[in-house]
Amino acid sequence: MSEKTIAVKMRDVSKSFGSVMANDKVWLDIYRGEILALLGENGSGKTTLMNILSGIYTPDEGHIYINDREVTIRSPKEAFEYGIGMIHQHYKLVEVLTAAENIILGVKQPGKLDISSVCERTRKLCEEYGFELDPMQKVYDMSVSQKQTVEILKALYRGADILILDEPTAVLTPQETEKLFAILRNMRDSGKAVVIITHKMNEVEELSDRVAILRQGQFVGDMPTNMTNAQEMTNMLVGHPVSLSIDRPDPVDPKPRIEVKGLTVRNEDGVIKLDDVSFTAYSGEILGIAGISGSGQKELLESIAGLQPTESGSVTYIEDDGSREELIGKDPLTISNLGVTLSFVPEDRLGMGLVGNMDISANMMLRSFRSGRSAFLNRKDPRRLAEKVVEDLEVVTPGIGTPVRKLSGGNIQKILVGREISSSPKVLLTAYAVRGLDTNSSYTIYDLINKQKQNGVAVIYVGEDLDVLLELSDRILVLCDGKVSGIVDGRHAEKNRIGMMMTKLGGEE
Amino acid sequence: MMERRNRPPRFHIERRASLPWYLSLAIRLLSILAAFAVCAVLTMVITGVKPAEFLSTIIYGSFGTPRKMWITAQNVAVLLCISLAVTPSFLMKFWNEGADGQILMGCLASSACMIKLSDRLPNWLLIVVMLAASVLAGTIWGVIPAFFKAQFNTNETLFTLMLNYIATQIVAYFIVRWEVPKGSGQIGIINQSSELGWFPQLFGSKYILSILTAALMTVFIYSYIKFSKHGYELTVVGESTRTARYIGIDVKRVIVRTMALSGGLAGLVGFLLVSGINHTLTTTITGGQGFTAVMVSWLAQFNPIAMIATSFLIIFLERGAIEISSAFTLNQSFSSIQTGIILFFLIGSEFFVSYRIRRSANTESGKEQE
Repeated sequence: MSEKTIAVKMRDVSKSFGSVMANDKVWLDIYRGEILALLGENGSGKTTLMNILSGIYTPDEGHIYINDREVTIRSPKEAFEYGIGMIHQHYKLVEVLTAAENIILGVKQPGKLDISSVCERTRKLCEEYGFELDPMQKVYDMSVSQKQTVEILKALYRGADILILDEPTAVLTPQETEKLFAILRNMRDSGKAVVIITHKMNEVEELSDRVAILRQGQFVGDMPTNMTNAQEMTNMLVGHPVSLSIDRPDPVDPKPRIEVKGLTVRNEDGVIKLDDVSFTAYSGEILGIAGISGSGQKELLESIAGLQPTESGSVTYIEDDGSREELIGKDPLTISNLGVTLSFVPEDRLGMGLVGNMDISANMMLRSFRSGRSAFLNRKDPRRLAEKVVEDLEVVTPGIGTPVRKLSGGNIQKILVGREISSSPKVLLTAYAVRGLDTNSSYTIYDLINKQKQNGVAVIYVGEDLDVLLELSDRILVLCDGKVSGIVDGRHAEKNRIGMMMTKLGGEE
Repeated sequence: MMERRNRPPRFHIERRASLPWYLSLAIRLLSILAAFAVCAVLTMVITGVKPAEFLSTIIYGSFGTPRKMWITAQNVAVLLCISLAVTPSFLMKFWNEGADGQILMGCLASSACMIKLSDRLPNWLLIVVMLAASVLAGTIWGVIPAFFKAQFNTNETLFTLMLNYIATQIVAYFIVRWEVPKGSGQIGIINQSSELGWFPQLFGSKYILSILTAALMTVFIYSYIKFSKHGYELTVVGESTRTARYIGIDVKRVIVRTMALSGGLAGLVGFLLVSGINHTLTTTITGGQGFTAVMVSWLAQFNPIAMIATSFLIIFLERGAIEISSAFTLNQSFSSIQTGIILFFLIGSEFFVSYRIRRSANTESGKEQE
């Protein structure tokens, strides 16, 4: 531990966007042979800081030293010359090219391009660190985790020895995460400096040697991981003590509410996205939906909400008195005119759930603007609702006249969820309700969802964080490639078993 | 090599958080002033005209005589009407380049009624029929591309653009059919002696009608966009069709309905041109204002009230430039150059409204190290 050499020193680094201080005189040390976890809530400036290091942003002020030499990094290309490689959350690959072609893209080398030698070097790198990849495979044929491998190899091929990964596990299954961690440990052991940006505590504890915490653009502190624990880190992160457990009240008087039978959906290209899906969602219960991203979660929710053309099957809404309504073949307006109060918090908040350029009050109006026979809008009620949501959910905003896109992710989600539950729904569909949200906001959302459940709402919760799904859901339906891989009891399920079910029908080896 | 690298950049380009309205207005006004200065210098270099003389000639072009003022007001009114007509479709992000064609079809409908019906209907009824026919013709010409966009997702820009040519050719065909006198290839003033189908002068002036129409239309479009449910729906469709579908808006219906409105209002302008102003039909009766209106609407950022200012600005420039060209016997191209320079500055100023350039804080320390 003592012979570790320093790779990067950042001193007093500041960066502001307009009036927002994204980084405020941040200090950070990155050592070789060490995995550093950079921890912080949303908007705490961790991605900004790493973007500065990788040449995407220029800092307003401050100094960066690499190997004890002061440098100015003006572009990602210059960053590579200093050995810094960043793997972004959204991969930047050319889909129609092979892995090797993507890796060599943009690398200047003398002479003719010799793709076989690129493949050879790529294979060597794979062997050295334990990747599994065919350099000749086309990127469009790859799984998310393979694409990530290509991105990492791209950095290594260019000789990066300071690797930054921005939330690398967000899209991986537990098994894939394990593999990635093994590789990152190999890199550390070979003397590279590794930084992962994350807000998952268990990953920090499992993987990192040291943890550095940012809060609201400021550096709070760093320490060896084995000297701290999740509770302490969370407190530092949020700035005050918080409870880390999610409530799971018992279901209230569960009755069948939504019955899905044999639902089959093809997308525009004719690819099957849902294959003979059947299940029942009960009132007063949270039904969690687990699965690798793109396994049909979006299509499932949108079919129920009347937004997705289906091929066959039925979705039946069952009233308290037992009367039934078929929802397939009806659009959202027809469904709500039937008296079915169905709320939907979609994955794409600003592209679907809200209009980013409109203010909070106009966004409240989206659901209710038709009410009344006048040709003109009733602006009073939405304004009142906006004020109520802002107050009840503690939305941080200059006012209800602020365009929604200017708010932070957590506040945007509060507005969306606030509007959707304001109509006292019977069914609540949520897709990745806490994606990109910080700890505090996430817990607010869990609370809101739990309250709905206790009010007798049938909640269908599509999630990606298995730990949360296991703590929150009463039952968990696991999707695998558009099929139901199984439905398990949320109170007794095991994380690893669900991970297996996500990748293989029924989860059997 | 490394030395060069170690010098931090001197300036940053930075997105502004937000700008109070008066500052952004000031930036735009400054850009117009700067543009005038450049034009004045350019004119001086080329023709030797002094800047003061240059400026006074421009102002004379719009305000020199009472008659000039009235014509300026009427031109502003007509351009404003067309800009208002295209605005709902633009707010819906339906890039409607077809106002010219829609107006032309309106003009054609009005003229047809004037020529074919003036001896069969009382004058007041004739005018009502002309109005209805113009609006209907414009509506149809607006709905055609909207229908194809809604059903088959065709490209509305190309579609509306092509419909302009079709409209021009249809009008050309009827001009030959109805030409007066035979063989002249033009229609001439319709009902010149009887003045049948001519909109009566309001308050004893032939200019008031268009000004009044523009005022009413501004109020109408402003409240339609801001306060009506239709206006809200079309804005949501413009922002995101996925959001619109998610809340149960029938996107196809909104597209067709909004274009029916845009086209109908353009048709109304056609009526205004034929019955109120020109009393004749030519293929160039719109003077390309359907395209100028696109710019007026954009510059005003689709705000009907701001459009009063932007359409005035465009007309002021146009008439000023024409005055310059004739006063100093320059050809027409010179006025186009000036209009181009001013628009370039005006559009360029948008950059400074959204961004600012700041000196790097690091520059000082960077210099010390060198």
